[in-house]
Amino acid sequence: MNSDIAVEFHDIVKIFPTPEGGTVTAVDHVSLEIKHGEFFSFLGPSGCGKTTSLRMMAGFEWPTYGEVIINGRSMGHTPPYMRPVNTVFQNYALFQHMTVSQNVAFGLEMEKVPRTEIDQRVGEALEMVKLGGMGRRKPKQLSGGQQQRVALARALVKRPEVLLLDEPLGALDLKLRKEMQLELKALQEHVGITFIYVTHDQEEALTMSNRIAVMNKGKALQIGGAVEIYERPNCRFVADFIGETNFLTGTIKTLTNDRVIVLLNSLNQEITGIWQGDLSLRQAVVVSIRPEKVRLVDDDKKEIRDLPRNENLLRGKVVTTAYIGSDTRVVLDIGAGLRMRAWEQNAISTLDPDAYYSSGDAVRMYIPIENTLVLPEDAS
Amino acid sequence: MTNAPAHTSKGKKFSLVRALRENRVAQGLFLIFPANFYLFLLIVLPLLLVTGLSFLSRGEYGQILFKFNLANYARLFNALYGKIMLFSLAVGIGTTVLCLLIGYPMAYYLAHASERTRSLLLFLILLPFWTNFIIRIYAWMMILRSGGFLDSILLWAHLTKASLNLLYSSTAVMIGMVYEFLPFTVLPLYTSLEKIDNSLLEAAADLGAPPWKAFLRITLPLSFPGMIAGTILTFIPAMGMFVVSDLLGGAKTILIGNVIRNQFLTARDWPFGAAASMILMLLTMIFTLYYTRKAGFGEELLV
Repeated sequence: MNSDIAVEFHDIVKIFPTPEGGTVTAVDHVSLEIKHGEFFSFLGPSGCGKTTSLRMMAGFEWPTYGEVIINGRSMGHTPPYMRPVNTVFQNYALFQHMTVSQNVAFGLEMEKVPRTEIDQRVGEALEMVKLGGMGRRKPKQLSGGQQQRVALARALVKRPEVLLLDEPLGALDLKLRKEMQLELKALQEHVGITFIYVTHDQEEALTMSNRIAVMNKGKALQIGGAVEIYERPNCRFVADFIGETNFLTGTIKTLTNDRVIVLLNSLNQEITGIWQGDLSLRQAVVVSIRPEKVRLVDDDKKEIRDLPRNENLLRGKVVTTAYIGSDTRVVLDIGAGLRMRAWEQNAISTLDPDAYYSSGDAVRMYIPIENTLVLPEDAS
Repeated sequence: MTNAPAHTSKGKKFSLVRALRENRVAQGLFLIFPANFYLFLLIVLPLLLVTGLSFLSRGEYGQILFKFNLANYARLFNALYGKIMLFSLAVGIGTTVLCLLIGYPMAYYLAHASERTRSLLLFLILLPFWTNFIIRIYAWMMILRSGGFLDSILLWAHLTKASLNLLYSSTAVMIGMVYEFLPFTVLPLYTSLEKIDNSLLEAAADLGAPPWKAFLRITLPLSFPGMIAGTILTFIPAMGMFVVSDLLGGAKTILIGNVIRNQFLTARDWPFGAAASMILMLLTMIFTLYYTRKAGFGEELLV
């Protein structure tokens, strides 16, 4: 057993019965390893199995098949109160009949820590989450952000090996959420505890995590760092869920080690891209092109080379444009009823309206082959 | 709301309609009038009548004489009534405690049962209210009397050798009282137990509390409001109960409720009955206030 692994999922399946007498597979053969000190996120839409995965680590649910291993110990049916993990709940789950200090002290009392040490550690924990002096209040007298911090202090005061966080910032407003994201990240680096974080907010996951597991329909589709998941998604769902992208459908015409040529069926045009994983000749695929990776050039301008060797060229007409400050978002008609989105960074400051695209402009789109990702169609 | 032009508010004759349109105090009084009217009619007025009555005297033929008199209260301060008072208090407290002990597990089970079981059980708890209370107590007489249903079963199962002779004893009264008031304890308890978010118990477990500790530290304190509501709903009416003791207790078990009933209906000494009622009310109030304050939830319940 590798000793720098904090939590391991070994081929986990979780099946719930439904009230109608059927079953639903919440987690479907998920295997993963989370390292000590890592900030690991489960990211996916609601119902994708991310919260169920977290709850199986906490011990609130037991896997139908497979094994949860924490610190090298198989958890089996170990109840939550005997696991070396603590949870920050989505709704905070603070004990309303206790003061803030009593809430934070609760976990230490369960460990039978001596009173003087409890008082000291509770004070430190509240200080750490910037709630010093709030100890005698009741949770109801605190704001949402402060309650969030109490929940955090209550879990961290136990000095767990692993801290589980179930959409802890979901109930906060946007500004506070961004602040707390940075604070959480700083806190995690400070205490060095493994954080396992569940969220449906991709920006939150990308900002904070060392690694992210993108989940859909119970499956962990891709596990990797923020850059990897954004720049090299391994399937249509991941490309679609993280950030924005354009999809063009086609079939594979030629396939080499590092390149693939796809025939875009409706445009009757070829496009060259990169690929990974399992693809074969004549397979139906989608081509994913991020809008910010498209370079637009006025069609009437003469380019030095007609088609650079490392770029694809598509032609189209501007349908609409939206100036949003940092960039201009252009929607293009590329024929056969297909639309593409392209984001042009406003790198040069000018008031000249001719410097910006307007509807009706005929343009050429240059897309680097490196940024043209060929992905298998999702089996569904 | 727009301000009315100045000239209209300076009308010479009082007009209710105009007052309601312009005067916020009048609007307020108008809106609270119906509720307060009924409160006055159904609570304040009868209370005043009974209070007044308790200071009057009884005529020779049971009529009321409008002559101020403290003798009614003086009569209550003797050993006999003191004993009845204490016994009633014991029965009231006993009923309340037994209802809590039996009702808590019921309410707990109810709160944690599946949707279908829960509605079935709630239905069963409320089912007795479809039958008249007196009839149900008569049914208990059939069950408890010597040679009755209970005796037959116990004898048949060889659990007892002779009749238990339960009817017309304080045990029978306690059984009847607990039977009658159990739903009034279970329902508020259920309401407060059902409100406890399961994630709180998960949080307790997560922080290292085994189930029994989580119960003592989280579930129990959070169900205090339900316990207090249930206690009040049981204790206050139990203190004034006379039907159960009449039918199941026979002549041996007399509660203060029976005394009051007898004074009004049999002895036709209304002033004395009123005085006894006042003492009962006072006693109940003192105990209830003491209890709610002691439990530390006074302000939440007295809203």
